[in-house]
Amino acid sequence: MNILVVLESNNGALHRLSREALVGAQELGDSIFALIIGNENEEILSELAGYELEKVITVKHHLLSSYSADGYSEVVRQVFISFSPDLIVIGHTYQTRDFIPRVSAKLDIPFIPDVISISDKGFIKQVLNAKLNATISNLDNAAIISFQSAAFNEEQLKLGSCSNESFDVSLVDSDIKSISEEPFQEEEGDVDLESAEVLVSVGRGIEKEENVTLAFELAKVINAEVSASRPVVDSGWVDSFRQVGSSGSNVAPKLYFSLGISGAIQHVVGMKGAKNIMAINKDADAPIFEISDYAVIGDVLEIVPKLIESLEQSK
Amino acid sequence: MKIAVLIKQVPGSESALPIDSEGYWVDESSVTFVMNPPDNYALEEALLIKESNDDVEVVIVSMGPLRVQKVIREALAKGADRGIHILEQDITEKDPLVIAKRLSNAIKSEEFDLVLTGLQSDDTGMGQTGVLIGEILKMSTATLAVETIIQEDHIRIKRELESGWFQWVQLSLPASISIQSGLNTPRYPSLKGIMGAKKKEIHSLSATELSKEETLQKVNNVFVPQTNKQTEIIKGDIDQIVSRIIEILRTDIKVI
Repeated sequence: MNILVVLESNNGALHRLSREALVGAQELGDSIFALIIGNENEEILSELAGYELEKVITVKHHLLSSYSADGYSEVVRQVFISFSPDLIVIGHTYQTRDFIPRVSAKLDIPFIPDVISISDKGFIKQVLNAKLNATISNLDNAAIISFQSAAFNEEQLKLGSCSNESFDVSLVDSDIKSISEEPFQEEEGDVDLESAEVLVSVGRGIEKEENVTLAFELAKVINAEVSASRPVVDSGWVDSFRQVGSSGSNVAPKLYFSLGISGAIQHVVGMKGAKNIMAINKDADAPIFEISDYAVIGDVLEIVPKLIESLEQSK
Repeated sequence: MKIAVLIKQVPGSESALPIDSEGYWVDESSVTFVMNPPDNYALEEALLIKESNDDVEVVIVSMGPLRVQKVIREALAKGADRGIHILEQDITEKDPLVIAKRLSNAIKSEEFDLVLTGLQSDDTGMGQTGVLIGEILKMSTATLAVETIIQEDHIRIKRELESGWFQWVQLSLPASISIQSGLNTPRYPSLKGIMGAKKKEIHSLSATELSKEETLQKVNNVFVPQTNKQTEIIKGDIDQIVSRIIEILRTDIKVI
């Protein structure tokens, strides 16, 4: 099977979900073509050179200096026509959600999004707020599959070599119907949750804004960063750049230490790739425990101060 | 300006979800249905645009069996002007591209300036209908809008990106835009609104007459997820819990 993997640049580096998509593609197909769109991708190209791929396809054009759904969807359409892969595979990012449906409609092939795993019956996707899973398959046609964060482990990317090819795309000014301005942050923070090795993450179970300091104190003694779930950010207790989940960061730390987070699906999709998950929550039925390696059923406000004290003493 | 708000009726978050006898989907006879919560934010955004601009008509478009007229009525009670119901008896239809083609056919002649959708549905969660329609009807598209500003012949959208980043995008009209949940506070219908909604028009169309599109994907089955994670439950009094946590951090995970 020939697979076209559409990669995403995250400020010039390869998006983690793109690496995971490459692992998924290597598992599914024999011949992998990786497409990278845009003009500033040297760092990504040197990384890709070490992977087992058939070919890396680069597309540069002055109309692709910044992302647009109009431009990117047109590029993927033209590359698809030229290489006629059996599948397009991509990470399920915000950008994917923004332009991949356009590719689906242009090519008249289905887009099966947010896939968590593959079975012999098809692609498995969470439905009904993750209460059930559905197995979905395409029929005799090509299809686009996007993989949810942590569907595959980036460490399993097969190493090898590949060749490069630049693809000449045909785009005219009138193809781009939108004007994109520079991305910005509302609250500037120099916190990089995605590369933190340990995260102490705080949820509604912390009860009050003043209790958030507990998370920061714990983070300090175990050399971690502090992250949070959406309700805590929406309450204004923690800055929005610390948010983990479908509308925040996608993280995969060595340890995710969750304090009073219930584990709604919107949060879980952003952190279930963590190598180890430890959760403290009063509610024994909290969904966070279903994905936890270590579960403490108890009160964060009692346990965490004690934990900080003991850690400080044992230093 | 004419705005279409696409609204889906989905199982409520508290609804029972028994799997049907073929294992194909949930047995809808014991499901309680509600307006898809993300669509409620799209509706509110349309009503806010209507209130702050002259000559705005808000039209609710919903596809499904007869029961979906309930959510159309609910939206009319909140202040939408009229409804279009695309009658689709085959409620097992779950191919987003087929759905988008049928919706596009149904609304094409209305020549909407703006199509607003929620970010995804709480049932199948495909999250693509609005963008598909935008492409099919040659509109500009944007997703995850957290703010919208209507200007003469275009619209400015503040898009949410990942990791706390945002971006302003200017789109030419007509445009199809998906709305991020939480950007506004959806209103409740007033009693006057509920009474007034009874007189508002709901135009019914039959989906199968609109197009006989071939399905390109299908749901084979649904099942209850199994977790295969080995979870250690840390028990004991508070001192035992704390010392076990420290032991795990130090010797199992080795982060301290």
